Amino acid sequence: MSTKNELTLNKVESPLSMHPKKFALWIFIVTVIMLFAAWTSGYIVRKAEGNWLNFELPYMMYYSTAVLLLSSVTMHWAYVSAKRDNLDSIKIALLVTSFLGLMFLVFQIFSFNELVSNNVWFGGKKSNPSGSFLYVLSGMHGLHIVGGIVFLLITLFFASKKEIHAKNTLLIEMCTTFWHFLDGLWLYLFLFLLLNR
Amino acid sequence: MSVVDLNKETAVGHDSHGHHDEHEHHELNFIRKYIFSEDHKVIGKQFLITGLLWAVIGGALSMIFRLQLGLPEASLGWLKPILGHWITSDNKLDPEFYLAAVTMHGTIMVFFVLTAGLSGTFSNFLIPLQIGARDMASGFMNMLSYWFFFVSSVIMFFSLFIETGPAGGGWVIYPPLSALPQAIPGSGLGMTLWLVSMALFIISSLLGGINYITTVINLRTKGMTFDRLPLTIWAFFLTAIIGVLSFPVLFAAALLLIFDRSFGTSFYLSDIYIGGQALDHVGGSPILFQHLFWFLGHPEVYIVLLPALGITSEIISTNSRKPIFGYKAMIGSMIGITFLSFIVWAHHMFVTGMNPFLGSIFMFLTLIIAVPSAVKAFNYITTLWKGNIIFTPAMLFSIGLVSVFITGGVTGIILGNAALDIQLHDTYFVVAHFHLVMGSASFFGFMAGVYHWFPKMFGKMLDEKLGYIHFWLTFAGVYLVFFPMHYQGITGFPRRYYSYTAYEMFGGAYQDLAFFISIAAFITFAGQFIFGFNFFYSIFKGRPATLNPWNSNTLEWTTPIHPEHGNWPGEIPTVYRWAYDYSKPGAEEDFIPQHIPLTETLSSNLPHETDALNGIKITPTH
Ligand code: HEM
Ligand SMILES: [Cu+2]
Repeated sequence: MSTKNELTLNKVESPLSMHPKKFALWIFIVTVIMLFAAWTSGYIVRKAEGNWLNFELPYMMYYSTAVLLLSSVTMHWAYVSAKRDNLDSIKIALLVTSFLGLMFLVFQIFSFNELVSNNVWFGGKKSNPSGSFLYVLSGMHGLHIVGGIVFLLITLFFASKKEIHAKNTLLIEMCTTFWHFLDGLWLYLFLFLLLNR
Repeated sequence: MSVVDLNKETAVGHDSHGHHDEHEHHELNFIRKYIFSEDHKVIGKQFLITGLLWAVIGGALSMIFRLQLGLPEASLGWLKPILGHWITSDNKLDPEFYLAAVTMHGTIMVFFVLTAGLSGTFSNFLIPLQIGARDMASGFMNMLSYWFFFVSSVIMFFSLFIETGPAGGGWVIYPPLSALPQAIPGSGLGMTLWLVSMALFIISSLLGGINYITTVINLRTKGMTFDRLPLTIWAFFLTAIIGVLSFPVLFAAALLLIFDRSFGTSFYLSDIYIGGQALDHVGGSPILFQHLFWFLGHPEVYIVLLPALGITSEIISTNSRKPIFGYKAMIGSMIGITFLSFIVWAHHMFVTGMNPFLGSIFMFLTLIIAVPSAVKAFNYITTLWKGNIIFTPAMLFSIGLVSVFITGGVTGIILGNAALDIQLHDTYFVVAHFHLVMGSASFFGFMAGVYHWFPKMFGKMLDEKLGYIHFWLTFAGVYLVFFPMHYQGITGFPRRYYSYTAYEMFGGAYQDLAFFISIAAFITFAGQFIFGFNFFYSIFKGRPATLNPWNSNTLEWTTPIHPEHGNWPGEIPTVYRWAYDYSKPGAEEDFIPQHIPLTETLSSNLPHETDALNGIKITPTH
């Protein structure tokens, strides 16, 4: 149909494009951002109305935050290893990252225990929206972390089949993007909660 | 970053963990081809048929409550076989069911018909065909999107038949009404099913939206730059962006409501006494729900409307045989509407006791929306002006859209004024406003789209005579039904009331009006079955379609009459011009499709096009 000549003659431009899957992941990230934006703005609106229980964030959350930050470092290690065709360290790094993710979740559950022992409840007679919001925000973030760990394990699976290397980094790039995002999201939530006590 | 080969079947082929095997779709069995299909055209038709079925159910519900409103004395015993215990022993409609019918009518029409039915059908069907792509970015996600919608539909449908009845708190499900089963029976299991169904619905629309955006940005054919995209695609694209940004917020709101209902939290509930007994919920704020809901709710009305406006642009230009007037202005106003739709939500909340200063800010922002809306309306009219108008049924519905859009938009300006809205809020005036500007306009766009693209969908033509009858009945019908509601509203009749004892105060005068509206509604509803017949009859027995029945410029008409999965048997056409070269001076015919190179249209090229050609040494290729 269209010869090359005709293409230049008629000034045909190819549209810009990015890998569609990667692009779709970014849009998915936008939807998650909107989800948490809704809750954190709800938090501010509700807090402004008074009758707000003030309490300290659980101590344990500082540890879980540190663990999650560390996991971003190991995630990056996996990514760099893939770029450098370092097949063994990809696997180790992914494994460590998943483990740190799991550890984060365990620490979050510990901090829920800490909250309950400080008399901060999710629901029921003794609850106040200020506590319920904390559970919702960290709980829903935790669910996304579960999703992130599944993603890590899928990537690990393909890494163990030697399908992730310098020439095929799509999957690990997406996994890295998503994991860093979850990390950043928690940092945002944590700072938000610290500053809006 | 890997580069997408636009001419290949699988832009997703690099991926190692994908669920795709798109290379092997040549001999698919029936199930893969028509049921769990990944072909965007089949998925589009699945959305269409499901949406139309929902429209019948939603319409039927409105017939039930129009019976009650128009003929409050009538004996409804004959409905017992259908409604069962919702007809009371003295042959009246149960008031609880009245509320449920209104709620389900709204939910079904807004979400299942005009969101899933409209966007689902036309975004799926037209995006790949009009931008020149083999399929959506991810056929698998697209299939999931339909099946999430399907399961969501099944649950919502099921909720119509449960003992305590479906949700009854209005389509906006304000707590505490929707949160406490003690308030109305519909807030029990019915509301739970509503929430589950809507959660699945949101997942479906997000899957769809992510796909539409990705496809439009990444899979356009060579030469299909953003300033050559048909306005349909611009509309679907912006609709998807609105959806991706606002549906998660509804999800957030719904989840908190679920926690309040089932886990004893108090996000929205506070200080509620039932039978003198205080509930455990303390400290919640029902206003918070309204903020979250309307942050979706207002953009949602544009999710419903924009696709219809896009479809209309395309059809009006084609059938006026004129380029669309103000192409860039159309895009600009759609972007403006998209942006503004996120910062006006509180105009639904003027009477919640909000700070009057805040109210005036939202009033200001709301009234600004009238500007891009008016730009669009003027552009449609100027496109029609001195056109060679061909009155196909699709064209009539498009012109009808412009009419109801203006009529309903004008009342928006009235409602947007906080001081006036305090009087008019929650009256029939609001019902009149949004049924014209959203309900009718989007429905007209939907119908216009079906009449226009039916040949591409099924390879058959719809019967035109029946189309004309359908149009005139519907057009006259919606005005007869919704226009009188303005008067009811100005008089102060609130919406969502089971009966109006106050009619007697007015000497029964307004009862006549309600009766009139109901009769008009019955006739309009009956008229839709003409379309239903035409639709199903023509799929099987319609006149065979030609390749390009409307002499249109867009790429979908360059595919075979029955396109296979992959759309074009050979290479995908390259695009050399915008979609609106109708009646170009100097051209042999009154349309030049997008894939015709400038070198073939030397006699009609505009000066800048000739310059562009001359800039390079010409070596004739033909
Ligand atoms: C000129 C532009 C418009 C303005 C200024 C405007 C203003 C308003 C206002 C202030 C209300 C709240 C009335 C009340 O509840 O008291 C309202 C309700 C509504 N509008 Fe509009 N509107 C405009 C256009 C539209 C469009 C284009 C659509 C849909 C496509 C739409 C759909 C609705 C719906 C669905 C409601 C009622 C929601 C409900 O309470 O159930 N409006 N409009
Ligand atoms: Cu609005």
